[in-house]
Amino acid sequence: MLPQSKSVQDHCGAAIIWSSTGLISFGVLWLLGDLLWHGWSQLSWSFLFSSPENAGREGGIGPILISTSLILGVCMIVAWPMGLGTAIFLAEFTQDDHRFGRLIRGSLDVLAGVPSIVFGLFGNALFCQALGLGFSILSGGLTLACMVLPILIRTTEESFRAITSDQRLSAAALGFSTSTTVGSILLPAAIPGLLVGSILGIGRAMAETAALIFTSGYVDRMPESLLDSGRALSIHIYDLAMNVAGGNPNAYATAVVLVGLLIIINLAASWIAEKWTTLNQLPT
Amino acid sequence: MILSTNNISSHFHSDQFLLWSLRFLALMAGSLLLLVVVFLVHEAWPAFQQIGLTSFFTDADWAPTEKLYLLTPMLWGTLWATLGAIMLAAPIGILSALFIQYCAPPFLARGYRRLIELLSGIPSVVFGLWGLVVLVPLIARWQPPGPSLLAGILILFLMILPTITLVVQASLAQIPVSFIHNATALGLSRWSMIRRVILPTAKAGIFTGIFLGVARALGETMAILMVCGNVVQTPSHLFDPIRTLTANIALEMAYALGNHRSTLFVSGLLLMGMVVVFVMMAEGLRHREIYAATK
Amino acid sequence: MDHPQPTPHLIQAEKKLPGIQSWRPYQSVQACCEPIAHIRSEDLSITYRDHLALQTVNLEINKGCITALVGPSGCGKTSFLMTINRLTDLIPGCKVSGRLQMNELDILAPSTNLLHLRRQVGMIFQKPTVFPFSIKKNLELPIREHGKHARETWSATIETILQQVGLWNEVKDRLDQPAQALSGGQQQRLCLARALALAPEVLLLDEPCSALDPISSGIVEDLIVSLRGQYTVIIVTHNLAQARRIADHVAIFWSVAGIGQLIENGSAQSIFDSPQHELTAAYISGARG
Repeated sequence: MLPQSKSVQDHCGAAIIWSSTGLISFGVLWLLGDLLWHGWSQLSWSFLFSSPENAGREGGIGPILISTSLILGVCMIVAWPMGLGTAIFLAEFTQDDHRFGRLIRGSLDVLAGVPSIVFGLFGNALFCQALGLGFSILSGGLTLACMVLPILIRTTEESFRAITSDQRLSAAALGFSTSTTVGSILLPAAIPGLLVGSILGIGRAMAETAALIFTSGYVDRMPESLLDSGRALSIHIYDLAMNVAGGNPNAYATAVVLVGLLIIINLAASWIAEKWTTLNQLPT
Repeated sequence: MILSTNNISSHFHSDQFLLWSLRFLALMAGSLLLLVVVFLVHEAWPAFQQIGLTSFFTDADWAPTEKLYLLTPMLWGTLWATLGAIMLAAPIGILSALFIQYCAPPFLARGYRRLIELLSGIPSVVFGLWGLVVLVPLIARWQPPGPSLLAGILILFLMILPTITLVVQASLAQIPVSFIHNATALGLSRWSMIRRVILPTAKAGIFTGIFLGVARALGETMAILMVCGNVVQTPSHLFDPIRTLTANIALEMAYALGNHRSTLFVSGLLLMGMVVVFVMMAEGLRHREIYAATK
Repeated sequence: MDHPQPTPHLIQAEKKLPGIQSWRPYQSVQACCEPIAHIRSEDLSITYRDHLALQTVNLEINKGCITALVGPSGCGKTSFLMTINRLTDLIPGCKVSGRLQMNELDILAPSTNLLHLRRQVGMIFQKPTVFPFSIKKNLELPIREHGKHARETWSATIETILQQVGLWNEVKDRLDQPAQALSGGQQQRLCLARALALAPEVLLLDEPCSALDPISSGIVEDLIVSLRGQYTVIIVTHNLAQARRIADHVAIFWSVAGIGQLIENGSAQSIFDSPQHELTAAYISGARG
C-alpha cells in the first residue's frame, strides 16, 4: 500500500491513471462486445458442423474445424517428444553454467521471439518445397511445431525444476537408475506442468495465421489426408474478411468460435495449474 | 539443485541410452534456430547475388515485374507503425501496471488484470477483423481513405499494451515492501514515491516490457495487413495507407517466383534481424537484478 | 551499590579493537535530558484485523533522551513505534485507538499533515534498505522532496550529514557509486544519514543493529549515543545489554494472554537496579524471555 493521495500532484497522477485505465477497459469491452454482437447471432450447431457454401458466405465451418484439429494434432505429436526430451535434458542434466545447456536455452529464447511470418517463410522453404510436401496439413503442422517448441520446453522444464530434491535423493538412495527415476518418479510428478505447457502451446498455435498462410493452404473443403491442403480457423476469418465481399457475418461468427475456444483453453490451463500447486504443497 | 548427471552409472545401460537420446533431442531443438537462418539465407541468396544489397534501398520503386525491388517504403511503414504504437503503449502500459499494483482496490485490480490477459490472448486476425469493420470506417469518416498508418498504430497499440503492462506489473510486484516503508518514513508523497523511487527501481522491467513490445510490433502481420491499406509508399502523414515488410511478404509470397521470391526472403531476414536484436536486449535485461534489497 | 569496573586488560583490548563494546556500567542519568515530555501516549491500542495486538499503552517519552523499548518478540514494540510516524496507515486492516501526542500535535487525528509529521520523525528499520541508486542520490531524495534547501547547498548538506554519521571519509570518493555496494553497517549508517537529512526532532530505530555483525553494530551504537541531546531517540531492541549501555529510559513490553502490554517503565537505573514488576525482574535476570 502507498500513502494516501494528498497533494495536487497526487490527485493529478491518480486522475491520469484512472482515466487511462478507464479508456483501455472501454476499448477492450468495445472490441469484445462488437465481436459478440455481430457473431453470436450467426452461431448455431449447424454452423459448427456443416460445410462452407458460396465461398464461405453461407454454411458453416465443419471441415475447417477438422482441418484445424488435424494441424494442431500434427503439431503436438511432433513437438512433444522433442520438447519433452529437451526439457528433461535441460532440467536434469545441466547446471546454470553448462555451456551446451546455455546455448540451447539461448537459441530457444531467440526462437520464441521470431515473427510468425518468418516461420511461414521457413516452413514454406523447408516443408513445402525442399521436402516436397506442398501446401498441406502436414507442412502446416510441422511449421507450427517449430513455433510452439520454445514455450513447450520452457513450461515443461519449469515443472521438472519445481520437483523438490527429496524425490531424487530418495530414488538415488534406493539405487534406482536415472532412467527409472526420470521415468517412474519425476515424469508422473511433472505431468500437470506438461499438460499446462501443451495447452498453452495449442492456444498459441490456434491463434496463428501468418505461419499457415503459405504452408497449409487455403482449401476449405474436408481434407482427405494429411497431405491435403486444409484451412485453419484463423485463415478462414482472414479470407472471409478480406477476400470475400459480404463475408463479414460469418467471419465474426468464426471469430467468436476461435476466441471462445481460446478462452476455454486458457481456463483449463489455469485450472490445472491451480490444482497442481495445491497438490504439490507439502503438509506442514 | 540435485543433478542427475552425476548419477549416471555405467551399470545401467538404459542410463547411457537415455542420456545420449536426450542430448540428441536437445541438439535438434537447439539447432532449429540455425536451421531457420540457414534456409532463409539459402532462399535469399539469389537475390543477394543477382540484385545486390544496395538495390533494395536505391531502386526506383517496388515493382517486381519490372525488376525493381525497393524495400524502403515498406521499411518506413514498419518503423513508423512500431514507433507510433510504442509511444502510445509504453506510457499507458506503465500507468496500467501502476493501477493494478498500487491504485486500485484488490477486486478491481484483479478484474482489470484479467481484462488485460484476455486482450493478450486475442488472435491477431480477430484484431484485424475488428479494425477492418469498425476502426477503419471510423477513421474514414474523419479523414478518407480510412486504411492508414493511424489504423495500424492503434491496432498495434492494443496488441502490445498487454505485453508491457504485464511485464511491468510483474517487476513492480517484486519491489520489496521495505522500500515503500522507507520511502514513506522519509515523508515522500504518493506520486513522488512513484516517480522517484518505484519507477527508477523498476527500470529494468520497464525496458524489458518495451523491448518485447517492440519485437512483437515489428513482427505483426495479419492485423496490419487488414487495416493498413497496403499501398507501397513512404508515409508522409498519419492518414496515408502504408505497407509493412510483414504485409508485403504475406501478400506476395503466394505468387512470387525467382528473384521476387528471393527478395521476400531477404525482407524476412531483415525482419528477423531487427526482432532478434530487441528480443536479445530484453533477455539480457531480464537476467540482471537491478533491485536487490541487500547484497 | 558499587558497580565493578572494567579490568585494565579489558581496557587495553578495547583500544586495539575499536567498536567492540565490552560490558561497562551504565552512566547515571545525565543532565542531557530535562524531563520534558516530547511524546505522550494515552490508552493507545492497536488492532490488526480484529486481533488486539497492543493494549492501552500510557507512556511518556522525554525530550533529548534515548528511550529503549524492550521485551520479547511479538509484544507490540514495533507496532507502537510505527504509530508515531503513522506508518501503521500503510498496513491493511490496522486500527489505532487512543491518543498520541507530540508536543501540541495530535498524531492520530485524520487531519494531521502526514508529510510534516514524517519530516519531524525519522525512522530506521531493522534491515538496512538503501535505494538502488548512488549514495548521493539516496541522500538527495529526502532533501529534494522537502524542498528545504536550495540546490546549491545540497552538496554541503550531504557532506555535513555524512560527517555526522562518520561515513564521510569512507565514501567521499565514491558518492556516485551504487549505495548497495556498501557493507551492511555502512548501509545502516547511510539510512541514518538519510533520515537525519531532514533534521527531524525524533528518531525511531527499530532494532537497528540486529542485522549487523558485532563490529558494525558497535559503530552504529556509538553513533546513536552521540545523538543524545540533539534528538529524541526511541529504540526498539531485544538486546538487554545494549539497552543497559545506551538507554536513559526503558519501557518493558510483555505479551500477556497474547496481547502486548506495557508492564513497566522508568529511568534505566531504576529499571535495571530495582524493577518493580516481577516479570521485569525475571526478564532482566534472564530467567524469562
